[in-house]
Amino acid sequence: MLRAGIWILALAAFLALPHGLSFSQQEILVFLVINILLVASYRLLTLTGEWSLGHVVIMGVGAYASALYTKELGIAVPLSMLLGGLTAALVAVVLSFPLFRMKGFYFLIGSFAAGEIIRLLWKRFREPFGGAKGIKGIDPMPDFSVGFYRFDFFEPVSYYYFAGIVVGVCLWVLWRIEKSPVGLTFHAVHWQDKLAEASGVNLRAYRTLAFAIASGFAGISGALLAHYVGTINPNSFDVEVMVFVLTWAIVGGTATFYGPILGCIALTVLNEIVLRELGFEQMRPLIYGAILIASILFLPDGLESLVQKLLRRKAAPAKERVAE
Amino acid sequence: MTTFLEIRDLTMRFGGLMAVDHLSFTVEHGQIHGLIGPNGAGKTTTFNMISGFYKPTSGQVLLRGEDISGLKTHEVARRGVVRTFQHSTLFAELTVLENALVGTHMPFRPNIFAAIVGWDKEDRIGAEARAREALEFFGLDHLAGERAGDLSHGHQRALGMAVAYASHPDVVLLDEPFTGMNPEETRRMMGLMRNLRDSGITILLVEHDMQAIMGLCDTITCMSFGKFLAEGGPKEIRNHPAVIEAYLGGARHVA
Repeated sequence: MLRAGIWILALAAFLALPHGLSFSQQEILVFLVINILLVASYRLLTLTGEWSLGHVVIMGVGAYASALYTKELGIAVPLSMLLGGLTAALVAVVLSFPLFRMKGFYFLIGSFAAGEIIRLLWKRFREPFGGAKGIKGIDPMPDFSVGFYRFDFFEPVSYYYFAGIVVGVCLWVLWRIEKSPVGLTFHAVHWQDKLAEASGVNLRAYRTLAFAIASGFAGISGALLAHYVGTINPNSFDVEVMVFVLTWAIVGGTATFYGPILGCIALTVLNEIVLRELGFEQMRPLIYGAILIASILFLPDGLESLVQKLLRRKAAPAKERVAE
Repeated sequence: MTTFLEIRDLTMRFGGLMAVDHLSFTVEHGQIHGLIGPNGAGKTTTFNMISGFYKPTSGQVLLRGEDISGLKTHEVARRGVVRTFQHSTLFAELTVLENALVGTHMPFRPNIFAAIVGWDKEDRIGAEARAREALEFFGLDHLAGERAGDLSHGHQRALGMAVAYASHPDVVLLDEPFTGMNPEETRRMMGLMRNLRDSGITILLVEHDMQAIMGLCDTITCMSFGKFLAEGGPKEIRNHPAVIEAYLGGARHVA
């Protein structure tokens, strides 16, 4: 009952949020929704204990793939987004062969190198990737109407709703995976790979599976981005964006599903709204860095630890009541 | 009839060091089989080869006649040979129940698509029932919700065995299960192992605690410097001159 109420409230907030915001803030909202999927998919990869620096490039793979499928093959946009995600997952499976010979820090560096290679390929090959200038004039999502609401994709609000629904479904899938025995196995692979192996877990297969799923959803978020902004180039997916993703994940904390999402929302609001309004335009990277350091020093378990503390404080009296 | 588990000419060489040198012995089904020897005799190396952690330099491990040497650990596990670890190797961050659930990975193989759609209800119920059964077997059911890292040492060792037991093994390899236990815990653990054997599981264990080994094992294989030394029941081994010499240090071995 309470849970249903919370969901209805969240839905109402989701619907009402863009109204009353300025046009540029509505655009930021669209990016925020896309980034939430990006960072949530990143968390799935971190479940197995591996941190990648190539996640944003994989997102770019989805963006490029989806853009090219519509442009070159004339596939309808929603379908091409899905195919973009699949392509990203496939690329991840191929990459897993060299990358999963490494672990930990080496995997981190290896994934960075792999990402840079992909970015160089985009730059090098003008056909079909468009070289350094990238792809322009990507087909937008075609307008459609669902009776009570008309999606007009020149309006950020419409795209926000559309992306919100797509991201919502993706998050639900990610959530289901994490709470399933498969998710438990990911945890097992992370905490004690030897014991997991002795219990019959195929380590390589599960590492690859997590990498492929995370990459697939990153690819979908990239496709959402590509068909919104209409132009992508190799620099849209460089390591600077990756640092943002890492910062969201670290500031939010990765122990819970909502941690990275929380980090993403908090930092986006801070970055785009507060700092922009205050006129700190030039100093924003500096402040971002400072926040990262401060959160590692003073909030090592991330923003999620604050929420957990709050929930525990609420849960404790409830338990006592049951005891009485 | 083929032998149940046969170690044949197993050899492991680390550079110039012969850690295990043409070791052969057989394990009968339904027995508790001990593997003993002084420090550095190559017991753990032998274990690691049987369970697939190391690929032997030469020789074979035959399970019901099938050569399983050189297979990966999870492939060996899927053939029914499951090991536990020295010290308390557990998923410390997970709960006790979740630890046991990881153990049910083989009988209830997770399927990601079924998990997303929600068609794996029966499997999840089955897995949880099996996990709880394993916890109950080792007297841990009352701790199901605790974090595994918070358990006492004795309970952690028992949980390590419960994780192995949950996977329906044919053979359990126990690597020094009594290390760091007080006599009371050791006694309880010995009882658990007898229960395990009586439920049809073959046990191969490496151990230093002689009292436990002698009181528990049906057959004991003693090795020294990587080589087979002697085999027999507890009584024979206790009085075997070569074994006594290996442990107490006969003149020939003093280098």
